[in-house]
Amino acid sequence: MQQRVLVTGIGIISSIGLNADEVSQAMVNERSGIGRLSLINSVHKDVLPVGEIKIGNAELEEMVRPGIKGYYSRTALLGMIAARQAVEQSVLDDQTLRNAALISATTVGGMDRTETFYRTFMKDQQKGKISGVISHDCGDSTERIADFIGVKGFLSTINTACSSSANAVMLGARLIKSGRYSTVIAGGVDALTLFTINGFNSLMILDRDHCKPFDENRNGLNLGEGAAFLVLEPEEVALKNNKKAIAEVKGYGNACDAYHQTASSPEGQGAWLAMSKALQISGIQPADIDYINAHGTGTKNNDLSEGVAIERIFGDKIPPFSSTKAYTGHTLGAAGAIEAVLSVMAIQNNRIYPNINFSTAMHDLRLRPVTTLISNVKINNVMSNSFGFAGNNSSLIFSKY
Amino acid sequence: MLSPQKTFDEKIFPAGFTAFDNVSYLKCEDPVYGSYIDPMASRRMSRIVKMGVCTAIKCLKDNNVDMPDAIITGTGLGCIEDTEKFLGSIYAYDEKLLNPTPFIQSTHNTVAGAIALTLKCNNYNTTYAHRGFSFETALQDTILMLQERPSMKILTGSFDEITPAAFEITRRLGMWKNHPVNSFHLNRYNNRGSLAGEGVAFFIMGGSHEPGDIAEMKAVHTFYSPENDQKLTAQIVHFLNENNIQPGQIDLLLLGMNGDSRFDKYYDMVTGKLFPANSVGWYKHLCGEYDTSSSFAAGLAAKILKNQQVPEGILISKKKPAGIDRILIYNQLRGSEHSLILLAKC
Repeated sequence: MQQRVLVTGIGIISSIGLNADEVSQAMVNERSGIGRLSLINSVHKDVLPVGEIKIGNAELEEMVRPGIKGYYSRTALLGMIAARQAVEQSVLDDQTLRNAALISATTVGGMDRTETFYRTFMKDQQKGKISGVISHDCGDSTERIADFIGVKGFLSTINTACSSSANAVMLGARLIKSGRYSTVIAGGVDALTLFTINGFNSLMILDRDHCKPFDENRNGLNLGEGAAFLVLEPEEVALKNNKKAIAEVKGYGNACDAYHQTASSPEGQGAWLAMSKALQISGIQPADIDYINAHGTGTKNNDLSEGVAIERIFGDKIPPFSSTKAYTGHTLGAAGAIEAVLSVMAIQNNRIYPNINFSTAMHDLRLRPVTTLISNVKINNVMSNSFGFAGNNSSLIFSKY
Repeated sequence: MLSPQKTFDEKIFPAGFTAFDNVSYLKCEDPVYGSYIDPMASRRMSRIVKMGVCTAIKCLKDNNVDMPDAIITGTGLGCIEDTEKFLGSIYAYDEKLLNPTPFIQSTHNTVAGAIALTLKCNNYNTTYAHRGFSFETALQDTILMLQERPSMKILTGSFDEITPAAFEITRRLGMWKNHPVNSFHLNRYNNRGSLAGEGVAFFIMGGSHEPGDIAEMKAVHTFYSPENDQKLTAQIVHFLNENNIQPGQIDLLLLGMNGDSRFDKYYDMVTGKLFPANSVGWYKHLCGEYDTSSSFAAGLAAKILKNQQVPEGILISKKKPAGIDRILIYNQLRGSEHSLILLAKC
C-alpha cells in the first residue's frame, strides 16, 4: 500500500511577508507586494514594478544567523530563511534532518553575485573578485541550505524554468510514496536579478504597471522574488510522531507543451495534460476541485492558453480560481512552491484568495476569476498550476487531511 | 554519446582512445548536425543545444524508439554560452534593446525542451541541475519512474559544455592545472587541479529486460559532504549491503579520479579500505572533468559489460577482471557530491 504524502511544515518569504503569518495577513488584506524596483542598480530602478523583498543582503544575513557574512547569494539567503521555517514548524530532529532529502529549485541560482563579477571580468578576464562567482550554479544555494539545516543525504536541484519548484514538490511526493525517504524538504527560490529583469524585458512581456492576470486588458507580468519550502512526510511516520498534518499532496502531473520554446500552444495542450495527470493520480474528479491557484502570469499568451486548458478540463463547472501573482509577482523558480504554500493556506484557513486588479473578462473565454476574498468556505481540494519556458507544465493537487 | 573521444559513432569501443598532449581542456568534436537536426531549427540553437538534441535523436534512432515516455536530463551548468552572451549584452548595451534569444535559450531545460519540440513529445520532461549530482538525480528519477510504470521507455541523459570564459573562471577558482597536460598522464602530475572537459550522453532506459539490452542499471546512490573517511566508507558499505553485494563481487571499480591531488585521496582511501583486491579503472583522462562526467563513465561501463572486455587504457590496477558481471562507478566532485552507480551484465 502506497503511503499518503502529508505536508507537516511550510516556510515562505516573499514581497508580501517574511513568514507564513505575514503572507496570510497580506492575502486577507489584499495587500500586494508589487512596488518599484529599488535594491538593484539598473536602468529599471525606481521605474519597473516588481515584487521585491525590501531587505538588503546584509540584513538577510542577520536574519539567517547573526555573524554570517560573505559569499552567500541572495538566493541562498532567501532559501535558508524559508527552509528553516518549514523545518521548525514540522519539528524535525538532527538525525531526521541528516537523513532527509532536500529538493530545491531555482532558475538562475546565484546570478545576483555573478553579475557583479562578470561586469569586471568581461573587460579583463584576470579581474573581478573570483569569490563572486562560486555561488553561480543552481546547486550552490541548495548546498548552502543543506549545510544550514543539516541535511547530508539526497540533495537535488531542479531547473525547468518557471515550473521548477512545482516539479520539486512532485519529485518529493514520489520519493515519499516509493518508501525511499521518510522526510523530504521540497521547494524553490529565486532572487531578482539584472539577468532575469532584462531577460523578460527583452521579451517585452513585463507590464510597466501592476499586472492584471486574466484581464482582457492584461499587459504582461511583474517579476518577483522569494522562497518557499514544504516538509513532506509519509502518513505513517507523521502519525507515529504525532505530527499535525497541514494538508496532503494528493496529485501531481507534468507534461511538455512541445509547441514553442517560450509561447504556449493556443489549445493549452501541455497545461491540459498536466492538470489531467494530476487529477488522475489524485483519483478525484474535476468537480471535487474547490479552488485553482492558476499560473496566471498576466501575459496575453499564458492566461489565454491556461484559460482554454481550464475550460477544457472543467467545462461549464469551472471552480473558483485566481492568480496570486499580482500579490507576489512572478517568482520564477520559487513560484511553484510559493503557490503551493498559498494553496495549503487556502485549505488551512478555508479561504479563496482574490485575483486582484481584475476588471474585464477575456473576450475569448467564459471564465472569470474570483475577485473578492471568500472566507468560511470548505476547501477540500486545491489545484496549483505552474508553467515554464520550453513548454514545461506542472500541476499539483493539495487536499485537506 | 558525444565526448572528446570518438564515441559518437561508437566504433571506437573498445579499439582505443585518443591521448591529447599539451592541452588545457578537452572539447568534443562537433558531429554532422544536419543528419539529425533540421537545418532551419539548428540555426537557432546554441552549440550545447545542438550537441544535446543531436545526441538524443541518435540515441533514439539507434534504439528504435520513436517517442520516449519521458525525457529526463541533468546538467551542472546548463547553457553557459547563451548565459554569457546575454549577461555580456546587458552591460554592453546598458540594458537597452537586448536580443532575447540568448536569454530564452539560457535556461537549463532548453535541451530537454528542444528534444521534446523536435519529437513533438508531450510526455514528462524535467531537468536536474545540481553540480556532481545532476546526472545521478536524472537516473534516480528514471529508476523511480520505471518502478512506478515498468513499461515505459525513458530518454535519460546529461550535457555540459566548456567555453573559453567558463574555463578561465574555473581556472582562476583553482579547478584546473596551471600547466598544459597530456591527458593520459593526468594521474601522474601529483599537484593541484584537474583537466576540464565536456560531453553529452543519452540512454534509453526501460523497466524490463529485452533482447538487445546493453546493460542493467542496478542502483544509484548519492550522498553529500561526508565529515570523515568513516562516514564516507559507511555510505558505500550500506549501498553494497542494500544491493546484496560483497565488495569482492565488483568486477570493475571505475573511479572518477581527476588528477587533483587534493581530492584523489578519497579514491585511494576507498580503494584501500574497501576494494584492495579489485580491478580498478578510471575514465576522466578520456573525457576530462565536468559536473556530469559520470554519464561518460556509465556509457563506458555499459559498453564494457556488453562487450565483456575492458578497453586499453582504462585499468590502473594490475589485476584484470576475468568475467565482468558488475561495475561500480564511484565519483565525487571536490569532496562534496559523492555518487555510486552500479551496473550489471544483462
